[in-house]
Amino acid sequence: MLELLAWLLLLLPLFSAAVIQLWLKEIPGPAVRMSIFSVVTTFLLTLILLAGKDTSTAIKWASAGSFHIEIGLLIDDLSKGMMLVVTGVGMLVHLFSLGYMKDDGAKARYFGGLSIFMFSMTGIVLASNFVMMFIFWELVGFSSYLLIGHWFQKDSAAEAAKKAFLVNRIGDFGFMIGILMLWGLFGTFAFAEMADGARALSENSNTVTGIAVLLVFCGAVGKSAQFPLHVWLPDAMEGPTPVSALIHAATMVAAGVYMLFRLQVSAGALLFEGFAGTTIMWIGGITSLLAALMATQQDDIKRVLAYSTLSQLGYMVMAVGLAGDHGGEAGMFHLYTHAWFKALLFLGAGAVIYACHHEQDIWKMGGLLGRMKKTAITFAIGTGALMAICPLSGFWSKEQILEAAHHENPALFWLAIVVAALTPFYMTRLFIVAFLGQARAHGAKEAREVPGIMLYPLFALAAMSIIAGFPSIAGKLSPAFHHPEHAFNPTNPIFLISLAALATGLAAGVLLYRGRDSDPLAGNPVFRIFRNKFHLDELYLVLVRFCQDTVAAVIHFFDEFLIGELIVGGLARSATGLGNVFRRLQSGNLQGYAILFGAGIILVIYLTVFAR
Amino acid sequence: MTACLVFLPLLAVVAILMGSNPRRTTRITTSLMLLGGITLAALWAMNMRDGLAIDPVVLTKPEIRLGFDLYDGMSVIMMLLSVIVAFAASRTGDCEDRHSRLWNISILLIAAGAVGAFVSTDLFFFYAFHELALVPTFLMIGILGRGERRQIAWKVTIYLAFGSIVLLAGLLWLVAASGSSSLSFDELLRTSIPVEAQRGISLFLIVGFGTLVSLFPFHSWAAPAYASAPAPISMLHAGVLKKFGLYGLLRLHPLVPEGMHHWLNLLIVLLIGNILWVGFVTIHQKRLDTMLGNSSVMHMGYIFLAFAALTEAGSELANPIAQPAAILLMFGHGVTIAMLFGLADRIEHRTGTLELRDLGGLAGKTPGLAFLFGLAAMASIGLPGLANFAGEVMVFIAGFKGWHHGDPFGWLQLATIAALWGLVISAVYMLRAYRSIFQGPGVQATREAGDLTVTERPPAIFLAFVLLAVGFFPNLLLGLIDKPEDEAVIDLQAITTSIEPAPGTTGLNSRQPATGN
Repeated sequence: MLELLAWLLLLLPLFSAAVIQLWLKEIPGPAVRMSIFSVVTTFLLTLILLAGKDTSTAIKWASAGSFHIEIGLLIDDLSKGMMLVVTGVGMLVHLFSLGYMKDDGAKARYFGGLSIFMFSMTGIVLASNFVMMFIFWELVGFSSYLLIGHWFQKDSAAEAAKKAFLVNRIGDFGFMIGILMLWGLFGTFAFAEMADGARALSENSNTVTGIAVLLVFCGAVGKSAQFPLHVWLPDAMEGPTPVSALIHAATMVAAGVYMLFRLQVSAGALLFEGFAGTTIMWIGGITSLLAALMATQQDDIKRVLAYSTLSQLGYMVMAVGLAGDHGGEAGMFHLYTHAWFKALLFLGAGAVIYACHHEQDIWKMGGLLGRMKKTAITFAIGTGALMAICPLSGFWSKEQILEAAHHENPALFWLAIVVAALTPFYMTRLFIVAFLGQARAHGAKEAREVPGIMLYPLFALAAMSIIAGFPSIAGKLSPAFHHPEHAFNPTNPIFLISLAALATGLAAGVLLYRGRDSDPLAGNPVFRIFRNKFHLDELYLVLVRFCQDTVAAVIHFFDEFLIGELIVGGLARSATGLGNVFRRLQSGNLQGYAILFGAGIILVIYLTVFAR
Repeated sequence: MTACLVFLPLLAVVAILMGSNPRRTTRITTSLMLLGGITLAALWAMNMRDGLAIDPVVLTKPEIRLGFDLYDGMSVIMMLLSVIVAFAASRTGDCEDRHSRLWNISILLIAAGAVGAFVSTDLFFFYAFHELALVPTFLMIGILGRGERRQIAWKVTIYLAFGSIVLLAGLLWLVAASGSSSLSFDELLRTSIPVEAQRGISLFLIVGFGTLVSLFPFHSWAAPAYASAPAPISMLHAGVLKKFGLYGLLRLHPLVPEGMHHWLNLLIVLLIGNILWVGFVTIHQKRLDTMLGNSSVMHMGYIFLAFAALTEAGSELANPIAQPAAILLMFGHGVTIAMLFGLADRIEHRTGTLELRDLGGLAGKTPGLAFLFGLAAMASIGLPGLANFAGEVMVFIAGFKGWHHGDPFGWLQLATIAALWGLVISAVYMLRAYRSIFQGPGVQATREAGDLTVTERPPAIFLAFVLLAVGFFPNLLLGLIDKPEDEAVIDLQAITTSIEPAPGTTGLNSRQPATGN
């Protein structure tokens, strides 16, 4: 019975997407209802599964002799907790979209895209083996391509969609090699059977195992937008804002962290000891720091949130890389709390953009607190949770990460503390500039509170942002991530240090930005580097130009003139000469030759064989 | 039964010559072929395999039989591919009335030749039917092609004639070395060929079949040919006929496993050439048709990779994934590239150009076309849920089949990694092309474009349906392939051959590799 529900949970969104694409494309009303019905049902199914026991089921997908690739569903605490996030946030984003996309001409296509995305994401979460995870991993990349490129008539949106897909493909290159290597090492793709395989590995194969883990991690670097493949995520803000809330806050980008943790619990945390774990935690740490610095100088409200997301994802990846002392659980716990408050912030930003007539520059906003009180308050709650103000949800998970870092790697701990100070700094900047003071542009002056269909999802997310982290609630909703031994203790020095970091960032933000009409740091050469994202995009552009286009042009040249003309062309020319003889013998036209050729070959083979 | 599938289009050719309406006759014939093909496959799947074969002896010394049968699962799947693509190709493209006979007869002959080659049970007809299908290909390019058609037709003719002749030499040598008095596959497979002869034969087969499949560096005929040929011909040749070379390699591999193994490293270098070298060449293309042509050359590298995995293992028993992977990918690629060429033709029909920089924003005008082309493009770059992905992922798994921890990476694993980078390359050129044709603001060329008409849709939708069906349920096709033997038998054989390796010989029932390690 539970198995049946699990299959329904996976397939219903696919069914919805198919129905919309095939029959409802021209009639948005039923298309929207279909998609909403699907997501609400999957949310309810998740709640039922959450109350039920663990189970698993599989069918054979592709077979060759005794070898099978399976499509299987693994329902355990980890996948159930993750499904709650995916369907919960997904449902609220669907509802919010009802208002946000009300006037969009291609609403049916949009909701169809949301459904196919939900299908893909569910597949990643429930996957029972690595090949299946890769299948849905690719599908998530594809669905995000659809959603980011929703407004494909805009060049920038089309480019952003393409970039997201390609950067993810680069990550997947490593991911697939890693999957194949782990298959060679463990002898299985199935998560449930990995523990035995991992145990059987001898000590001296650590290097190979480490490389395999790092290659698998490449997949996460792409999907979870870690340095150096983080560049697609900020550009992906070209998609409709609810999409950003769904895929760039709660689900797709979280998939990388989820996959790493799935591997960690399946094959054992020992797999992440040694250089693999060290690399992973440092990549995470560096991403979280760089992204936080870039976030301090963004003017587009969605881009601030995008870089903040990068930074928080870095936190999670770092935690999973720490592995020891329940770092992985801490990372997943942060994923779970972050999903709610970041979705809240993105949807809040969406509401603001909607109200300001599609203005995204925070310096052209201002004074929104007075005009859209309800949105502003929920946004403040989300901001508080992201800053990790006690006792909002972000606080609980961030403390756990800091604690794991402190235990395992002091250098990373201090790096995380710096990030913990930068986060309140840039969020204070965002909140003060956009919501306080006076309206600085026409759009902001006219802003009015958004309709109820957009507000209620914000309320629900705000509620989750407040309560989701409480140990008693988190223990029920996400037992797999929550570790009660990290009980909060106010005299803990870690708590005091992080409190100091929070206060520093908050105070600096308030002092610098209160009452300002432009950014006082904009002229500063150091901050200009942050604003320009360390020039990484430009660097990559040069690299792509050279490594791809130039190399392609050179190879094309050689292909044309070396292989095409000199080597094989020479052969062809001599044969042409021969052909000309034939041509003269024949009527001189191509048809004659071709028919002679065909008949001749058959005659030749016949006679040759016959003569023997 | 099976033979009807071959003779039906030939009869239709006669009917057209005698004056029946070329277009209608062709479409009815390809529909009947599709029905017949599916029926045959269904009978095969249900194990009702009696009475499908004929093999009258047409010559006794040596024995040549006009034998047609569903020889094995590979035959069935390639036959299905042929009738599916022929069905779509006969409904794609527009020709002037005065060329209607040539156009439709060509389609029928290529279809007959392809099906004939795939269901022949005799080496002679296996080769002859392929030759039969090549002739109309040359004619159609030379007479109705675009651009420098005569020059391209010559180039193609010379390349393929070169390939055919090398292949012919290899086949003759193979028959001679086997000492068989019959050319039927069954008889040939009972013989064994000395290792020294195997090496020479294998090289001829690799170069001969390889040229026909546009194996690097014998590939430069393919892209111009497909760009120039009328759409149904590109569809049939790139989709179906080109697979003859791969089919031949897989079919004859059991006869020369040691010989093929000798050339494994060469094969790997060449297939990497297909994937990476031609991949970069593809990125550089500025026109949709040459880009598609090159991409089809590039993707042959993946199927060669599966063949290399089979060659390395030495037999199907040692790597049971490689051959099904190759077959599945041949099928997926055939359907995909046919769909892409068909739709590219429809784009040109609307906009008058295939230059990427002259196009843009077409999706806003033609959502149906954009959706179908996008689906085919995604299939071609290996999106799960569409047929190619299942084949590709199995190819990669086959490439890593022999690797265990403690081993360093062999050439095969390195080639697999190169092939994986090829996935990035193909995503680059395909998404670029899609971006510049369909996305962005509209341009002059696309301003007046209207969506696919009721008559244009069916072939593309049909191919899309096939891609989705096989993509979601690859076992639909894989189930048609006979399992080598069950595991107990494999183990037993492995033990027997490891105790008593038969040096330098192979036979049907002891195909364990002597050189498989």
